[in-house]
Amino acid sequence: MANTEVTRDGQQAVYVYEGSLRLWHWINALAIFTLIGTGYFIGSPMSSVPGEASENFFFGWIRYIHFSAAYIMIAGFVFRLYLAVMGNRHSRELVFPSFTSRKWWAGVWHELKWYAFLTKEPKKYVGHNPLATLAMHFMLFWGTIFMIVTGLALYGEGTGMGSWQYEWFSSWVIPLFGQSQDVHTWHHLGMWYIICFVIIHIYAAFREDVMSRQSMVSTMISGWRTFKDNRPVDDDTD
Amino acid sequence: MQETFYDVMRRQGITRRSFLKYCSLTAAALGLGPAFAPKIAHAMENKPRIPVLWLHGLECTCCSESFIRSAHPLAKDVILSMISLDYDDTIMAAAGQQAEAIVEEIVHKHKGNYILACEGNPPLNQDGMSCIIGGKPYLEQLQFAAKDAKAIISWGSCASWGCVQAARPNPTQAVPIHKAPGIPGNVPIIKVPGCPPIAEVMTAVVTYILTFDRLPSLDRQGRPKMFYSQRIHDKCYRRPHFDAGQFVEAFDDEGARKGYCLYKVGCKGPTTYNACSTVRWNGGLSFPIQAGHPCFGCSEDGFWDKGSFYDRLTDVHGFGVESNADEIGMAAAGVVGAAAAVHAGASIVKRMAQKGDKE
Repeated sequence: MANTEVTRDGQQAVYVYEGSLRLWHWINALAIFTLIGTGYFIGSPMSSVPGEASENFFFGWIRYIHFSAAYIMIAGFVFRLYLAVMGNRHSRELVFPSFTSRKWWAGVWHELKWYAFLTKEPKKYVGHNPLATLAMHFMLFWGTIFMIVTGLALYGEGTGMGSWQYEWFSSWVIPLFGQSQDVHTWHHLGMWYIICFVIIHIYAAFREDVMSRQSMVSTMISGWRTFKDNRPVDDDTD
Repeated sequence: MQETFYDVMRRQGITRRSFLKYCSLTAAALGLGPAFAPKIAHAMENKPRIPVLWLHGLECTCCSESFIRSAHPLAKDVILSMISLDYDDTIMAAAGQQAEAIVEEIVHKHKGNYILACEGNPPLNQDGMSCIIGGKPYLEQLQFAAKDAKAIISWGSCASWGCVQAARPNPTQAVPIHKAPGIPGNVPIIKVPGCPPIAEVMTAVVTYILTFDRLPSLDRQGRPKMFYSQRIHDKCYRRPHFDAGQFVEAFDDEGARKGYCLYKVGCKGPTTYNACSTVRWNGGLSFPIQAGHPCFGCSEDGFWDKGSFYDRLTDVHGFGVESNADEIGMAAAGVVGAAAAVHAGASIVKRMAQKGDKE
């Protein structure tokens, strides 16, 4: 591998996450936290602010931050799709998991056993382990698409008929779900789906950092994957 | 030659001055420029009255009640006389065989040129026996009148969406007009939802059709865009309090007295498409939010089945008890979080055990 180096203590290190992908990861993480926080307060507003309505725009700002963060997340998502095609092979995994590979599914099974404490040693992966890929694909990737579509449909209600948000999203999403309130309800459920992913993702990242045979948290900061042993890797991407 | 609208109005003792005032008001209500007032007048003076059949299925007559209270007194008189309202069992003089014969006569005489206004909807269970008109299921009358209609107007939430009689579990299997069997697909259906719809909206829709001899432009769900393209929230006079973050927390608190936004006590203005906040009710006097009560979304599809009127999220069924999205979500996140914590504990134990093995 061209992007492989050996560290000073004789261990292998592989450049896994490119700079653009790491930038996306952290911007996306920040956007998601902002969206969850502001989104929760849009659904369950805080106590009233004192004074005249004309002097305040508190709730307006919360919504403004929500919408801005949403657009940043959408732009990031489009960029992420570009990376899935044009980036290195690890950036493909989240968008196009190897669903057709038997070895990959065996990897999912092995990871499940690893998490159920039924196996002594985890496999060694340069990229994502198959179970992580599965979670990212169905919870983050499709979850994000769901939130973008329902979110733009709700936003289009405010921008009104004739706006691209309304014509491209609201006009068909709202009848599809029944009515506007149902889209709101599903957008809330979507938020909790993403929150569940965030909990699992952060927990698993730290756990794997300690328990697995490769680096985790530092990799998403530096881009380099380091390993705790020199035995061959189990990736199924080639 | 058939009587024109204008002839009828004059016969009813309406002065030309009042007539022209009505035309200007209607133009304004439809969002048209002043130049359209003479066009409306011209149409009224020259076009023959279009016959209207007003059928009643399963309903509560609130649509009729609203309609006859159309704000400008003139509009009420005019609409009732200008549309040749040949059949409306609630307000017509004829009864029995005589009344039912009118439906048949209109369908044959004005084939493809009458408007069918439907208030209420047909039940399908028990062969439609839950709603009998003149000894026959309402469904049969509806199918008979619908097949040669120029257009169908679905008055109110019953005809448009189903409303209370179609609410879960819907024992009579009441269905909105557009879902009733035997309604020809080529007859356009205009939905004018609301429980009831606003009187001026009802009269304006009829006036528009008669004046311009075409149907108003409809949104994807078949509602006239001129009245249903915006939410109550978009034109609500309490919107500044929403943007400021000033909410009523309880119906008797200081916020309620100050007229703050009703969002937190469940106002469905942000999810309801209707003209209440612009046209208002009872001659522009007020509307629910102005009276201090949240909108409960009566013009939205299935509003009876979306949980509490005072909750902004739909109840999700199938969890044993009905819960809303945030309750389910918080429970799920709690379970995931607890699972992660337990798993972390187990992982630590395992790691310590492994270390112990090595030593």
